[in-house]
Amino acid sequence: MKLLTVNFLTCAVKTCKGSPAAFPLHFRDVELELHDVEFQPDFIRNIITRVDWEGLHKMANELNFPTIPEVKPDGEALQSEQLLRDLHRLLLETQVAEGRLICGNCGHEYMVKEGIANFLLPSHLV
Amino acid sequence: MLPTPDTSHVPFDTIYEPSEDSYLFLDTLSSNSESAWLRSRFTSPSPSPSPSPLAVEVGCGSGVVLAFLTANSQHILGRRDVLALATDVNRDACIATQKTVTKAVHERQSTQQDDGPSDAQNEKASTSICLSAVTANLCTPLRPGTVDILLFNPPYVPTEELPTLPSSTQPSTSSSYLESSSKELSRSAKFERDSYYLSLTYAGGQDGMETTERLLDAIPEVLDPDRGVAYVLLCKQNRPEEVKERIRGWGGGWRAETVGNSGVQAGWEKLVIVRIWRV
Repeated sequence: MKLLTVNFLTCAVKTCKGSPAAFPLHFRDVELELHDVEFQPDFIRNIITRVDWEGLHKMANELNFPTIPEVKPDGEALQSEQLLRDLHRLLLETQVAEGRLICGNCGHEYMVKEGIANFLLPSHLV
Repeated sequence: MLPTPDTSHVPFDTIYEPSEDSYLFLDTLSSNSESAWLRSRFTSPSPSPSPSPLAVEVGCGSGVVLAFLTANSQHILGRRDVLALATDVNRDACIATQKTVTKAVHERQSTQQDDGPSDAQNEKASTSICLSAVTANLCTPLRPGTVDILLFNPPYVPTEELPTLPSSTQPSTSSSYLESSSKELSRSAKFERDSYYLSLTYAGGQDGMETTERLLDAIPEVLDPDRGVAYVLLCKQNRPEEVKERIRGWGGGWRAETVGNSGVQAGWEKLVIVRIWRV
């Protein structure tokens, strides 16, 4: 599971949907892997324009990936190759192999096993 | 004709094998009229950064539809920066889909390079990528407003009952065979498990619509409010004309039109693909 995926996910519990605390989900005990992906600066720029930057920034901090600017870069900043390469590595090359994703609202934990996250809920929460 | 993604690695004992409905999906998305519509919706007018489209196949099975769209995104959408994401209740389908999409993108990329420098402008063009497939019930873990293109080939066959959906692991339940890998299972337990998963791929409950109705309910929330579009396959027993009328009745500019069909039999279109979007 590429780290960028987390920007499009939230808690599967219905009552968490509108809650700001349910996004982004928080990683615990993660095992990360790097997989080579060809660097495509235009693609990264297009990704930057579509992500929720605050969610991305929080995730990067929690994973101790400190080089992400606090505010979504635009204009001139998008020309910085170093920035684009950092984001390329974080979003497209870094894969979650194992770990847990936790909802900040209800505390529910979703397991990631062998790169596949499991968002099925126990029957009492469906 | 655009190539059909390779699914030779997919174990079809628990996963739906690409069939007439899947191929109708591929033909519809790549038809001249539909790809022209999609290109006008997704092509960026200027060279400045334009948000990458997020394509999601729900109940992805082998992943053949998502792989086709992602690998051929230049032809279908006029851009090569699609982010592909998939959900399925069957973990094996998620594993298979990641491979189907990644493989199709890779193969398409190498053939396009073989085509030589005629595409000089796209020499350094990007290639769409597979983000992940996650085990989930329809759209439940997707953040609202994020999906640009949603694809759904549902379990549409009318059945007396809808099979109970798998829930997260609870070792004490009678369905604990679902958590065992097939190697540990006896022949009869494996048969039971495989039959259960295959039933989920086709059994649609009343009018074949029970699962599709839940998906339709989620569409207004999950689609991108400006450019989101969903493609849903229906069979004639699902009463597509009534389904479309209901969607138009949502208000707020929702549209539903048939954009592909499997041909007419005795005056009925057996399978149709409905495009759902907002204007």
